[in-house]
Amino acid sequence: MGKATFRIWTGQAEQAGFKDYATDVGEGMVVLDAVHQIQAETAPTLACRWNCKAGKCGSCSAEINGKPRLMCMTRLDQLDLSMPVVIEPMKSFPHIKDLVTDVSWNFRVKKSIKKFKPRAPDAPDGTWRMQQADVDRVQEFRKCIECFLCQDVCHVLRDHHKHPEFAGPRHFVYTAALEMHPLDTEDRLGQMKDEGGLGYCNITKCCTKVCPEHITITDNAIIPLKERVVDEYYDPITRLFKMFKPRK
Amino acid sequence: MSQGVNVRLPQIRKLGETSRTDNWWIQPLLVFLGFATFIVYSTWAAFQGKHFAFDGAGAHYLSPFYSPLLWDPPGMHSGHAWFGEAPSWLLSIWPPFMAFSPALLILWAPGGFRFTCYYYRGAYYKAFWADPINCSVGEPGFRKEKYRGEKKFPLILQNVHRYFLYLALAFLVLLAWDAIHSFMFTDPVSGGNKFGIGIGTLVLTINPILLGGYTLGCHSFRHLIGGRKNEMGDGIGKKAYDCSSCLNRRHMLWAWMSLFWVGFTDVYVRLCSMGIWTDYRLI
Repeated sequence: MGKATFRIWTGQAEQAGFKDYATDVGEGMVVLDAVHQIQAETAPTLACRWNCKAGKCGSCSAEINGKPRLMCMTRLDQLDLSMPVVIEPMKSFPHIKDLVTDVSWNFRVKKSIKKFKPRAPDAPDGTWRMQQADVDRVQEFRKCIECFLCQDVCHVLRDHHKHPEFAGPRHFVYTAALEMHPLDTEDRLGQMKDEGGLGYCNITKCCTKVCPEHITITDNAIIPLKERVVDEYYDPITRLFKMFKPRK
Repeated sequence: MSQGVNVRLPQIRKLGETSRTDNWWIQPLLVFLGFATFIVYSTWAAFQGKHFAFDGAGAHYLSPFYSPLLWDPPGMHSGHAWFGEAPSWLLSIWPPFMAFSPALLILWAPGGFRFTCYYYRGAYYKAFWADPINCSVGEPGFRKEKYRGEKKFPLILQNVHRYFLYLALAFLVLLAWDAIHSFMFTDPVSGGNKFGIGIGTLVLTINPILLGGYTLGCHSFRHLIGGRKNEMGDGIGKKAYDCSSCLNRRHMLWAWMSLFWVGFTDVYVRLCSMGIWTDYRLI
């Protein structure tokens, strides 16, 4: 395939900026291969986070030609190599160095979400019985690899910096997995509505578009949560029905 | 959530600023043009108050913009009105600066359904308000941290969507009835109704089919028929949920097709009524 130029965001804080690196590229290479090659050839201090190189660890998240993607899953033959390939760190998190950002805020948010609280066991041996179809629905959400590309692309975090008031799509998926679980008895709707800022989501579906695991984040997690919040807090008729129904 | 970010975040980008190399502006532009065209045409058609029904060659075609037809405008007998000609009390409170149009009495319901639809919301926030203009593209600077989303007034009112859904379901039945009615043609000899099919029949029949695909795949409908439960089992409720989910996967496509077709149906009936187009009978 010849030589290609990679315009990579390098440096720290005020000194950070784009720097061009040219390197040989070949068939089957992904962006992460090119970054590793640049590290080996010309920029040994270039920092980038990576681990599995198979799209399963969620470490090598970056923005490639402006789109949030995993570097290990972006093949060079999908990109226009006649122009420099722009590689930037994620924009929704504090920048540390080169392509590395501090994503620890996500883990702190996750810890604050109410944990799984199953009902009493169905059988004397302490086990439960569930319909496969009911488990299938939440199984989709468990594919999440926590790459945080959805958090990166979400304009509520990226452009409005609502981190103190907004959990973001990753944590709505996590909450949906717990909230829709057939055994769960906890109520997280109030937490998501108030502290999680679910209402800030204006359904742009950008999170769904960038998810490398193809989780239908908006349609299957966020909107169903929004609808459950409507049931609980905004719809007078549903609230009336709920008054006569035993709580889970 | 309040798990503080203690390191400085990257600078917010300006409107339209992005590293994207694709033509990211095409999608919001097309959405803008599509919605704007429909809004302008439907508003114009709704204010006309005439040419909304076609009875040439015994046909019974009614424009979906005027269905259900509660009252005919004064001096008109379309044969579709539920309560006959507009009563004097209604005309006395009608704004004097515009002609009476029965479409204005009903169009707020399907309009509200589409305005509060989850798909349309995401689409017009991008195309009309640049909020954001497209994924990972900078927004207008004035919004920044003042962003309110749908958490606060006025957009918190979007949560009324399910009530518009109830109305939309009723409209679906009414438009299906109009489609069935379009298979009946008045016989010029006997004066009775006879089965027939014209091009208009097909146009009016496709309309509720597309609207059905859109309405029954609505996120609120999907929630109400089963999504709200954690345990659906594998009975009829689950099957209904699966059907709705199947339609929901193509909700955007249904939304656009039904929007286009409802507008085209009005155009068809209007142009036939004006004598510009001819409604050919197939049977």
